[in-house]
Amino acid sequence: MLLRHTTTEIKDRTALTVNPAKTCQPIGAMYAALGIHGCMPHSHGSQGCYAYHRSALTRHYKEPVIAATSAFTEGASVFGGQANLMQAIDNIFSVYNPDVIAVHTTCLSETIGDDIPQIVNKAMAEGRVPAGKYVIHANTPSYAGSHITGFAGMTKAMVDYFAETASARTKTVNLIPGFVEPSDMAEIRRMAAEMGLETIMFPDTSGVLNGPMTGKYRMYPPGGVTVEALRRTGSSLGTVALGHLASGDAARALDVKCKVPCQILDLPIGLGATDRFVDTLHRMAGVNVPDSLTFERGQMVDIIADMHQYFYNKRVGLVGDPDQLLALTKFLVSLDMAPVYLVTGTSAGKKFEKHLRAAVAGVPHEVQIKVGGDMHLFHQWIKQAPVDLLIGNSYVKYIAHDEDIPYVRHGFPILDRVGHSYFPTVGYRGGMRLLEKILDALLDRKDRDATDITFELVM
Amino acid sequence: MASIPILKEREKHIYRKGAEPFNLTCGHHSLAGVVSQRACVFCGSRVVLYPIADALHLIHGPVGCAAYTWDIRGALSSGPELHRLSFTTDLREKDVIFGGEKKLHRALVELIDTYQPRAAFVYSTCIVGIIGDDVAAVCRQVSREKAIPVLPVHSEGFKGTKKDGYKAACEALFKLVGQGPVDQISPWSINILGEFNIGGEAWIIKSYYEKMGVEVVATMTGDGRVDAIRRSHGAALNVVQCSGAMTTLADMMQARYGTPYIRVSYFGLEDTSKALYDVAAHFKDNPAIMARTQALVRGEISAIFPELQKIKAAVQGKRAAIYVGGAFKAFSLIKALRYLGMDVVLVGSQTGNDADYETLRDMCDDGTIILDDANPLELSKYIIEKRADLFIGGVKERPIAYKMGIGFCDHNHERKTPLAGYEGMLNFAREVYRSVNSPVWRFAPARAAAGKGASPC
Ligand code: SF4
Ligand code: SF4
Repeated sequence: MLLRHTTTEIKDRTALTVNPAKTCQPIGAMYAALGIHGCMPHSHGSQGCYAYHRSALTRHYKEPVIAATSAFTEGASVFGGQANLMQAIDNIFSVYNPDVIAVHTTCLSETIGDDIPQIVNKAMAEGRVPAGKYVIHANTPSYAGSHITGFAGMTKAMVDYFAETASARTKTVNLIPGFVEPSDMAEIRRMAAEMGLETIMFPDTSGVLNGPMTGKYRMYPPGGVTVEALRRTGSSLGTVALGHLASGDAARALDVKCKVPCQILDLPIGLGATDRFVDTLHRMAGVNVPDSLTFERGQMVDIIADMHQYFYNKRVGLVGDPDQLLALTKFLVSLDMAPVYLVTGTSAGKKFEKHLRAAVAGVPHEVQIKVGGDMHLFHQWIKQAPVDLLIGNSYVKYIAHDEDIPYVRHGFPILDRVGHSYFPTVGYRGGMRLLEKILDALLDRKDRDATDITFELVM
Repeated sequence: MASIPILKEREKHIYRKGAEPFNLTCGHHSLAGVVSQRACVFCGSRVVLYPIADALHLIHGPVGCAAYTWDIRGALSSGPELHRLSFTTDLREKDVIFGGEKKLHRALVELIDTYQPRAAFVYSTCIVGIIGDDVAAVCRQVSREKAIPVLPVHSEGFKGTKKDGYKAACEALFKLVGQGPVDQISPWSINILGEFNIGGEAWIIKSYYEKMGVEVVATMTGDGRVDAIRRSHGAALNVVQCSGAMTTLADMMQARYGTPYIRVSYFGLEDTSKALYDVAAHFKDNPAIMARTQALVRGEISAIFPELQKIKAAVQGKRAAIYVGGAFKAFSLIKALRYLGMDVVLVGSQTGNDADYETLRDMCDDGTIILDDANPLELSKYIIEKRADLFIGGVKERPIAYKMGIGFCDHNHERKTPLAGYEGMLNFAREVYRSVNSPVWRFAPARAAAGKGASPC
């Protein structure tokens, strides 16, 4: 009983977060920046933050994660970090030679009030940024927002710094995948390619954080969106952004800056959301939906049909980042399951909460929702009335273990299993994988709890 | 890979034994713009104090600092598990503008009422140092109101390196020491310092001392309890492990309470035996302790010796690279690897000082690379050049080793089995064996291609 200290009685907590269901902005910005080819993420703050961010990403992806730091000392904390950032830019270009340095701030540099664009401009004026190389930035104070906000901020910075307006439109479609796994990004790209589309995806961490073992350590693995492609996003036909929170800002910025029209959709998790994604591509690019995708869709429906009796009315508790939480909830409801406890750590706003409530309006149970909540509260709800299934990141395993509840890992971070970076959960194929995971968890439990008499071979 | 440039300022942090006059620079703050593997003051304080299982650990700062340190080290407890939860004031924008003292006060009161801890530690993070909250004053106030020790830990990240965090932690701990009764304590008694019970290591060490007839008053801080720490000044000797994480506390206890201390390591047969014998020698007024120690050492070694010999035969001549936090750990690792018949071709640390590096130089063979505060490029460059078969490091180094197709052994937070003491040495040997001889490396492209050049395997 690792969480034996969780009290059943719920008290209003105003000053305190217990067992957070989110983390801080810079790690999201760092993850997004790794989705640019040849990019060195740079943490403008003290050394600790970035060490934690790198470790956390390393634990989740089981891949080397690079980033640099301004290594603030007391002096920098009093006089500002301009000198540190200047020196950092020099050192990074001369030693690590990236194409891009993507600077994000930390709580510390934000509180001090360092003006990054001004510092970068000064560095450029002094010739510290070599020709053909770039320094971009996003402000990521963690006392506002969460890792999702940081991801959204750095993704928008890619538009702000690189997208170029063109007189003629290409046939290319921009895809903004949201804070998802490298495997998901690859799958989204594959589906668009299956439809015959030219696409630019940004950020794109596939090939960067799920690369092969090559026998060599490479600072800049082959994946990632190139600067050249980012420039061309401004002349694309349109943008499909997945996930309102993680991708919306960049899509709107591109619309404002380069008049590239955008569609902002839910993450394509589950049948309905994937249908909408495919349909949007179909209408935007005027292409047909190929038989291959229709086939995959049919397979997914087939699994649901075969096993629907096992989904019916199962009570599910979910912790996740806002975009994932909303899409998953809709998916579960469409399976006739009952998502009853929904928590996201990110304060995603009133509108998000309204959407989430609408998604569970038909669920015949009392549903608890907390936007800006933590795992402690989530656990307390479960203690008061249990669920049949838990879905969430690795920290949910404490609750699953203590309360003995079937559990599917999904989200960030996953520190104790592999697979997430290789096998997607988006699209029809990803949906099939999710169905398999959910069924495995539920049916393994049924087998485990069966008596000799009720134990069944065929399910 | 040979052409990887090394920053001018960094050149002095790298030394090749036998080649140049020895003049390694260290103890510096990392350069801006380097990809260093180091952490911050807060990180140091957090790892030292966190194993105290019946204390409340509240992180006063924005959410990230707390989220990243939530139960990431497997410091085991035999009782309460309060330390494995994550509590944070999750400072928001308005707190940063108007100050976080009120929020901190409320959070502390709420937590103490709910969990009734024996003491509370409040960690300051960078931002608290900047907005200027008077954390100490809030702690004093709550301490009065709730009648338990509430101790501020001055661990603002930017104020130095992990080492400064150890010091801040020791200063907080020192406020607990001397507050409990000592009348029942044996004259042959010690405190174990700098042992954090990762994978149950403190339990192993403690059992040795108990078998020797030495009373362990407090373990700091593995499986730690507040009341034991309060009595710890009653122990006759402090036995301090490793890299000086807790040397500050030993110094402070020596100055105030006259408690002498010795420095030991529990890693490897040689060092473990030396540690136990040194303690026994300290209690020479009780010769029975030495007699029991000799019997214990003999018994323990003969129990593991046959399997160790087998492993030795299998890993003999393999090359190892070491990159760890403190240099003291590196000393022990070098000895242990030598015992297994392996060659150490690279050794580095995040926080070593001049004396540490001199010791390292004296221990190493000619040609060994010695690194201070290295980056991944430097590490990979020398691993290739030196054709290492095994890398011993921490979380950030593991995937680098694997990408390069060599074995890895975690000698940091993420080790799952105890590596201390005699059975720890056996575990270590097994781990080295498992990783170095894994059939997966046969599929590593570089190995397959460089066939002849690689070490015999
Ligand atoms: S903010 Fe400061 S204390 Fe927190 S992780 Fe960063 S460097 Fe460490
Ligand atoms: S100080 Fe801010 S940026 Fe750094 S780890 Fe803490 S929350 Fe994250």
